Amino acid sequence: MGVKLLLDKAHIEGIRSFEVYRREGGYKAVEKALKEMNPESIVEEVKKSGLRGRGGAGFPAGMKWSFIAKPEGIPRHLVCNADESEPGTFKDRYLMEHIPHLLIEGLIISSFALGSNDTYIYIRGEYAWIPDILEQAIEEAKANGFLGKNILGTGFDCNIHVQRGAGAYICGEETALIESLEGKRGNPRIKPPFPAIQGLWQRPTVVNNVETLSAVVPIINIGGEEYAKIGIGRSTGTKLISACGNINKPGVYEIDMTISVEEFIYSDEYCGGIANGKKLKACIPGGSSVPVLPANLLLKTAKGEPRLMNYESLADGGFATGSSMGSGGFIVLDEDQCIVKHTYTLARFYRHESCGQCSPCREGTGWMEKILKKIDEGQGKMSDIDLLWDIQRKIEGNTICPLGDAAAWPVAAAIRHFRDEFEWHIQHPEEAQKRNYGLAHYADPIHVPA
Amino acid sequence: MVQFSQEQLTEFNRLVSRYPEGKQKSALLPVLHLAQQSFGGWLSQETLDYVAELLKIKPIEVYEVATFYSMYNLKPVGKYLFEVCQTGPCMIKGSDDIVAYIYEKLGIKPGETTADGLFTLKTVECLGACGYAPMMQLGKHYREHLTKEKVDAIIEECRKNAAANN
Repeated sequence: MGVKLLLDKAHIEGIRSFEVYRREGGYKAVEKALKEMNPESIVEEVKKSGLRGRGGAGFPAGMKWSFIAKPEGIPRHLVCNADESEPGTFKDRYLMEHIPHLLIEGLIISSFALGSNDTYIYIRGEYAWIPDILEQAIEEAKANGFLGKNILGTGFDCNIHVQRGAGAYICGEETALIESLEGKRGNPRIKPPFPAIQGLWQRPTVVNNVETLSAVVPIINIGGEEYAKIGIGRSTGTKLISACGNINKPGVYEIDMTISVEEFIYSDEYCGGIANGKKLKACIPGGSSVPVLPANLLLKTAKGEPRLMNYESLADGGFATGSSMGSGGFIVLDEDQCIVKHTYTLARFYRHESCGQCSPCREGTGWMEKILKKIDEGQGKMSDIDLLWDIQRKIEGNTICPLGDAAAWPVAAAIRHFRDEFEWHIQHPEEAQKRNYGLAHYADPIHVPA
Repeated sequence: MVQFSQEQLTEFNRLVSRYPEGKQKSALLPVLHLAQQSFGGWLSQETLDYVAELLKIKPIEVYEVATFYSMYNLKPVGKYLFEVCQTGPCMIKGSDDIVAYIYEKLGIKPGETTADGLFTLKTVECLGACGYAPMMQLGKHYREHLTKEKVDAIIEECRKNAAANN
């Protein structure tokens, strides 16, 4: 059993209530932070912990906090990104549904560290039942003196407000989220200025993911140095992984980033192996935007070393032979799955979610969807594969926000690693309508150059 | 005429009070949710204009938001809206079969409403329930691990509720 810092108490009966959460040691971190520490020392502690943003980008959280501008007389804001929309990702939902006070506690400490008196949780609109859970937790915290005016007699005032989005993946991008929170379309802003200088209502703002802010609680409780001892290298602490697809035990798991991908998939403690006795074909390890890997490159790096469930190891080999930790959305595909069709559904997703501001993304996502649909339906031409490659190349890096990259990468990786499956689809249009390409050679041992 | 009830106005005021003075436009998304819920599950132009007036912003500011976000219905929908996720993780767990089965049962394709006005089918992109696929959103909640039997039960449940409310 690995170390658990976030979900260790999530299974306790009644943990959603303030009473039980408090009895189990909850809100001790708030007491410690507000009474024994100051904003600067909290930021230092988070820096020491090595905590990296858990939304997908993996940027060091303490460093992000240290960028916040503090102009005299202008309020600052902390915004919690609960817009979880990356296909394959459902970990923040789990946290908010099961142990909402952990997030609220993390928000209070983080608000104190950043000087935010009005903190906002922006939650995706489809999670329509969760705001009730969060608002109840907020009310309970307020009734017990942990929110509102003069918290614990320290003179610090803080309110937390919950705002629902209305169905737009793009609002998970921090500047689009801020636009949406201002009552506008979710069109990402050009950076700079960064939100830390001009964010919500042009005020200094920090936007952090649900899991990142929840992790602040154990960091304060055990100290940044202790937190940093968990894990390997720059992958410190624990990470929530939401596992789905063709596995025996889909769900949300907290891992300590030392385990191997193989153990995560096959151990009964986690995914419990591939469902129905099938074989592993491919996996997208960090949410739909990160490169899909065939079984052989997923389990071992190109150097032939076991791949581990952490930032560095998942990225080993770059995009040529590696992938990324991303948001921790772990999508497993078995031997019966069709890469062309799966990639098509992802391309359709990105076309649907493109905000339309930048031409390469607005037009390119539509083109990629159409071409992939054509290939999937047996109407493809061999030149379509190169055309797809060309389009994704022209999107990547040429848009205001990372949605363009996020739309390009899945298509690029599918062609990079599964080109022969695409070719087979095009060369055998009738057969491809009746059966899938199957496992082919995708699980074969890779040749490691001596 | 479109008009919030006293109770709905109280909720409107609560939503607006979360934001600083003069930043009431920030309440637009939640207010549109409230309006959609209050006025038959969709947003007519009259409703959008009413929201603009309440928030003291220009109608175009409301239109551009209402047309951007996928959860706002700009056309009438059935009393029960089945929003079936079809993105990758749901697709590999059989979401196409669920959409086909709903067609078989109710004769509606994505975007269509049954003649009795009870059901509308819509396909949606990832709702964050990938581990519990296939799934659909029905009102405020998710229905997960869908099977044909579960779809039957949901349709039955909706019909019963509709009959009880008539």
